[in-house]
Amino acid sequence: MSVADPINSALRQVPAWTLYVAAVWPPAWLFWLGLTGGLGVEPIKVLEHRMGELGLQVLIVTLAISPVRRLVGVNLLKFRRALGLIGFSYIFLHLLVWLFLDVQIVGQIWADILRRPYITIGMAGFLLMVPLAVTSNDWSLRRLGPTWRKLHRLTYVAVLLGAIHFLMLAKGFQLEPLVYLGVVAALLALRLPQACVKPRATA
Amino acid sequence: MARRWTNTLTRDDVTPEHLFLNRRAVLGGLAGVGLAGLPGSARAQEGLEPNTWEEITSYNNYYEFGTGKDDPARYADALTIDPWSVRIDGMVDRPGTYAFEDIMDQMDIEERIYRFRCVEAWSMVVPWNGFELADLLSLAGVQDRARYVAFETVLRPDEMPGTRFPVLDWPYVEGLRIDEAMHPLTIMATGIYGRDIPKQNGAPLRLVVPWKYGFKSIKSVVRITLTDEEPPTSWNRANPREYGFYSNVNPEVDHPRWSQATERMIGGGLFARRQPTLMFNGYADEVAGLYDGMDLTEFF
Repeated sequence: MSVADPINSALRQVPAWTLYVAAVWPPAWLFWLGLTGGLGVEPIKVLEHRMGELGLQVLIVTLAISPVRRLVGVNLLKFRRALGLIGFSYIFLHLLVWLFLDVQIVGQIWADILRRPYITIGMAGFLLMVPLAVTSNDWSLRRLGPTWRKLHRLTYVAVLLGAIHFLMLAKGFQLEPLVYLGVVAALLALRLPQACVKPRATA
Repeated sequence: MARRWTNTLTRDDVTPEHLFLNRRAVLGGLAGVGLAGLPGSARAQEGLEPNTWEEITSYNNYYEFGTGKDDPARYADALTIDPWSVRIDGMVDRPGTYAFEDIMDQMDIEERIYRFRCVEAWSMVVPWNGFELADLLSLAGVQDRARYVAFETVLRPDEMPGTRFPVLDWPYVEGLRIDEAMHPLTIMATGIYGRDIPKQNGAPLRLVVPWKYGFKSIKSVVRITLTDEEPPTSWNRANPREYGFYSNVNPEVDHPRWSQATERMIGGGLFARRQPTLMFNGYADEVAGLYDGMDLTEFF
């Protein structure tokens, strides 16, 4: 606790809205680089992949917040909503780049969503996050009550689908997507004992 | 024996050196005022303008140096290409180790401006310099019973950081049927834009088979074996459902994970449009006859 205390008091000085301001810059900077040649000779794929990867990274941080509090004592809970919404926005941008810059052809978009399993899975992950993004406000939290908690467990499924989507699109046997999937699986596994114990404790 | 095939693209189609070296700066300037899409769309209509030196040498798949497109340009410098030799063996009259300089002394180098279509649905036009594979094979004397040609890329883990992880089962191997190998379109490239071929593009010599997906065009070749059995090929071994032995460019046969109907030409910037992929990458007149009577959906 002695290590976590100064960190927690420092974090109390940082308002959550600063994250939204900071989050605008990575995609804006990448888009600017893409326009001006900074992403290499094929900027569309680089922009698409970087947005997907950034989204997954932010969502992984979101998943890490409650284990970090439980295991290390550092409390980042007040940033969790902002991080979730930022991760969702990045994945939404990833989807927009895929739709409008990469595939471009409406007929092919539908065919891809239905016929290509890695796209079906990625799309499912995104759609699962839509109701979560829509209900990420105090009003919904009050209205939905205990249902809100249950609903937002969909995050676990969505992030897992995102990591599987990344693994499925790799060519050959690659390390990076396996690392992401491993981290997501570990963060989900940390919740297993909690999920099993809690209902009994409250009952 | 060379000069059996005549380019429809001419030297005039090649961007002059001072322009191709500067085009990036021009593109960058245009992008600043929101016109980045223009050069790409204009080019898509012409269809045949070769890509710039920078595009051809900075965007590569050469997994021995890493899976990122910029990894080969970053790491391939470590590859030793001098001395270099190619072992030609199997069903040949004169098997042996052929030194690169000796090969070059006997070959007639010509320019071939070819479309290059990657299985990942991007494409380029590359002004290669090289010689026909048939001429190289005739140095060794191909025996009548040879039915296939197997190729192998150099494997040097000390110089190739990507080979320390089993992305593929190294060394990289490829193969052609003998009639494909002997076809006048099939070349061994030793240069681009009249310069020595850069290491990231497969120095000092690589195969180029313009009607097949790019991964068939194996880089930095150290061994060529004539055989009577279909040889194993790296991507087919890694995923037989996705990569066949033939891997001819075919807009009607999709890769299981993406459509092959369209492609994006490298160099069009952030707003590049897709263009239709051509049967046999536009070389149907020259090579469709090789596959008469074959179901190209089965033999993909």
